Amino acid sequence: MTSTPHPLHLAVALDGTGWHPASWREPVSRPRDLLTAGYWADLVAEAEHGLLDLVTIEDGLGPQSSRLTEPDDRTDQVRGRLDAVLVAARIAPRTRHIGVVPTVVTTHTEPFHISKAIATLDYVSTGRAGVRVQIGPRPNEAAHFGRRSVPSLPAGGYNTPEGQEAVRGHFDEAADYVEVVRRLWDSWEDDAEIRDAATGRFVDREKLHYIDFEGEHFRVKGPSITPRPPQGQPIVSALAHATVPYRLVARAADIGYVTPHDSDQARAIVAEIRAEQALAGRADETVHIFGDLVVFLDDDPAEAAARRERLDALAGEAYTSDARIFTGTPSQLAHLLQEFQAAGLSGFRLRPAVVGHDLPAITRGLVPELQRRGVFRSAYEADTLRGLLGLARPANRYAATTA
Amino acid sequence: MSKPLKQIHLAAHFPGVNNTTVWSDPAAGSHIEFSSFAHFARTAERAKFDFLFLAEGLRLREQGGKIYDLDVVGRPDTFTVLAALAAVTDHLGLTGTINSTFNEPYEVARQFASLDHLSGGRAAWNVVTSWDAFTGENFRRGGFLPQQERYSRAREFLETANELFDSWRGDEILADPSTGAFLSDAKAGSFAHTGQHFDIHGQFNVPRSPQGRPVIFQAGDSEEGREFAASSADAIFSRYATLKEGQAFYADVKGRLPRYGRERDHLLILPAASFVLGDTDAEAEEIARDVRRQQVSGATAIKHLEFVWNRDLSGYDPEGPLPDVDPDLGEHTVARGRAQVRMYRDPLATAREWRELAEANKWSIRDLVIETGNRQTFVGSPATLAGTINDFVQADVSDGFILVPHITPGGLDSFADQVVPLLQERGVYRTEYEGTTLRDHLGLAHPDERHDVRSAS
Repeated sequence: MTSTPHPLHLAVALDGTGWHPASWREPVSRPRDLLTAGYWADLVAEAEHGLLDLVTIEDGLGPQSSRLTEPDDRTDQVRGRLDAVLVAARIAPRTRHIGVVPTVVTTHTEPFHISKAIATLDYVSTGRAGVRVQIGPRPNEAAHFGRRSVPSLPAGGYNTPEGQEAVRGHFDEAADYVEVVRRLWDSWEDDAEIRDAATGRFVDREKLHYIDFEGEHFRVKGPSITPRPPQGQPIVSALAHATVPYRLVARAADIGYVTPHDSDQARAIVAEIRAEQALAGRADETVHIFGDLVVFLDDDPAEAAARRERLDALAGEAYTSDARIFTGTPSQLAHLLQEFQAAGLSGFRLRPAVVGHDLPAITRGLVPELQRRGVFRSAYEADTLRGLLGLARPANRYAATTA
Repeated sequence: MSKPLKQIHLAAHFPGVNNTTVWSDPAAGSHIEFSSFAHFARTAERAKFDFLFLAEGLRLREQGGKIYDLDVVGRPDTFTVLAALAAVTDHLGLTGTINSTFNEPYEVARQFASLDHLSGGRAAWNVVTSWDAFTGENFRRGGFLPQQERYSRAREFLETANELFDSWRGDEILADPSTGAFLSDAKAGSFAHTGQHFDIHGQFNVPRSPQGRPVIFQAGDSEEGREFAASSADAIFSRYATLKEGQAFYADVKGRLPRYGRERDHLLILPAASFVLGDTDAEAEEIARDVRRQQVSGATAIKHLEFVWNRDLSGYDPEGPLPDVDPDLGEHTVARGRAQVRMYRDPLATAREWRELAEANKWSIRDLVIETGNRQTFVGSPATLAGTINDFVQADVSDGFILVPHITPGGLDSFADQVVPLLQERGVYRTEYEGTTLRDHLGLAHPDERHDVRSAS
């Protein structure tokens, strides 16, 4: 007898017309609508139709580029995008269950502003907000702010020893950033607003807290101007490819997105994050580890492969990715996800190669397949993102605990 | 021949974190929950208002070293709420107050350009400046700005943001699958700015938005603030809503426009205005008196006096006479995070004047604060309000008003239902939105039509 399968979590990463750089040229794509609210509302409605846990929305503080460390001056790929937090806020009131998780660059933005922005996203979505934090190590993006210069990255990229050393400072800053954001979310106790007509006091100021954070990159006094959001602590997530960012996930996040290419890699990554988690004193907290996969999904595997070839030909080069690129049927993908799940991943963030094609293939093909296998929900079971992820509403770190 | 009737512009200020907002009223709801904002915005849109307005505050106020707890405290993030409101309205303009001191141009420009896209051309930016180290304690740049630099930073901030808005012409996206050309120009969005406050260059990553640039509001009242508005703003959020003061301000600021090559209708003057409606004028007056007493409790009156005195006055009886002691003229340390204290430029004179008023009228501290500080702009029956508002606009007190109700979120409902139809009957207020963008509502030209914003290259 086999044991009851565990349900897995499913997210979709939204970026332009999809993750393949030629995706915008597919007839099903809507490249001229990318700057409209309707485009994003339609995508998220489709994701919600598929009962997905959440969508992430990519962002960046400079032009998109095919190069890791600098702009590429290409005109044959999608360029230009909207602020992800505002896109998330624009679609939140028109959805009811799905989590909305915009990307925020920690290197150049203010933790005070972002804390209240994500808290407010939690209010406008009534408890479905999260944030995906990302560092911004590109020198050209630093020049958009002019407050600091960042060194050029080694030619080998981020995942070499030199590259990791170069980004370590940015990740340390990101960890401080998340600490500030989280403290600010707790800086109002849930019952701080008292509206006490008898004494004329609107708030009980004993329940508002200075956070007094002091770090290498910033000091923040607090309290937030925005009361504690509905979830208490919205979801914090980060994409991670190596030890330094794994440590950020282990120390500060609720979800880490990782990029194993096979089960052995998945097992090794999970073990490393769990060990870091224990070192950070969070062994008893739930930290989800989601596998990232680029997906080309068709009912006929040959069709998926042909589609990928056609797009590569249009792009003039074979598409490569940090994540494994899956080409095949929903049933084959379901099988792979279960294999990865057995290696310790609790969910997946799928990057549709062509969002107009592969998102509906996920919601209408993969999801029913997973439901048949008993590993995915058949209805939303909670009203908040924390609820969907099996996370309780956390106690406030500043609230006096009763002995 | 008589001059043609001016069309009135109306807007709605979401009730703020000061004592205008009466939170103790049974009808008062949440000032944080999105349902309150949605209700308020839908009412404004039902009444065909030009826009909704959000103020800003980046640190909770303190008085006497403690967080001020007598008024509404807390507010959501401006951009996030406005983007969400774009989902529940179709025409209403969305105006956010955003500080030029504790933000950076690249980020603010992409937020406003994004908001303009996501709302189909309804974004507006009330550019404010701040210099206090108190607020700075919440931010990376920390510290502060020397007071004399705040307008130069604001001016350069706006100039830089405009360079970013203009860095895309608006025709670069081809998205032609047959040729494979997404962009016509690889350098779209390129910018370089070198100045006293900002030295930045690179590529802006939000293509040109429907309005080109957001509508620009300015709220400062100083000489520098007025010049800033006359040179660069599309509208002023002013505080002069009475007949004489309003007319003087209106004439002054409109008179500055020719120096910048601008026409009278290139800059709208829109004062904040509170109101109380009743079935009759007498009933409205009675309600207004009650509201003022709710707005100014004894404790609030003492705190208000401290703005001028710059001393701890907690030992004084609000129902008793004004303090004999004079204001402390040193650096203001009692009330922090409050722009209001700057209104009293000569505290000694204000104290003297208030003592005389109180003595002559036999007013207590609380009476004095109620009588001097808090009278609603418009009080009366619907017919009286419609008549007065129209008279004021036709007499060039303003081009319209930004209404500040005292109840969240329902404080605008009666105005929408009872006053707006009367203005429409008079033919001085729209019955339907004629355009889709906020510029359309305000009668402002698209920046590309007004003048060539891009230097020839």
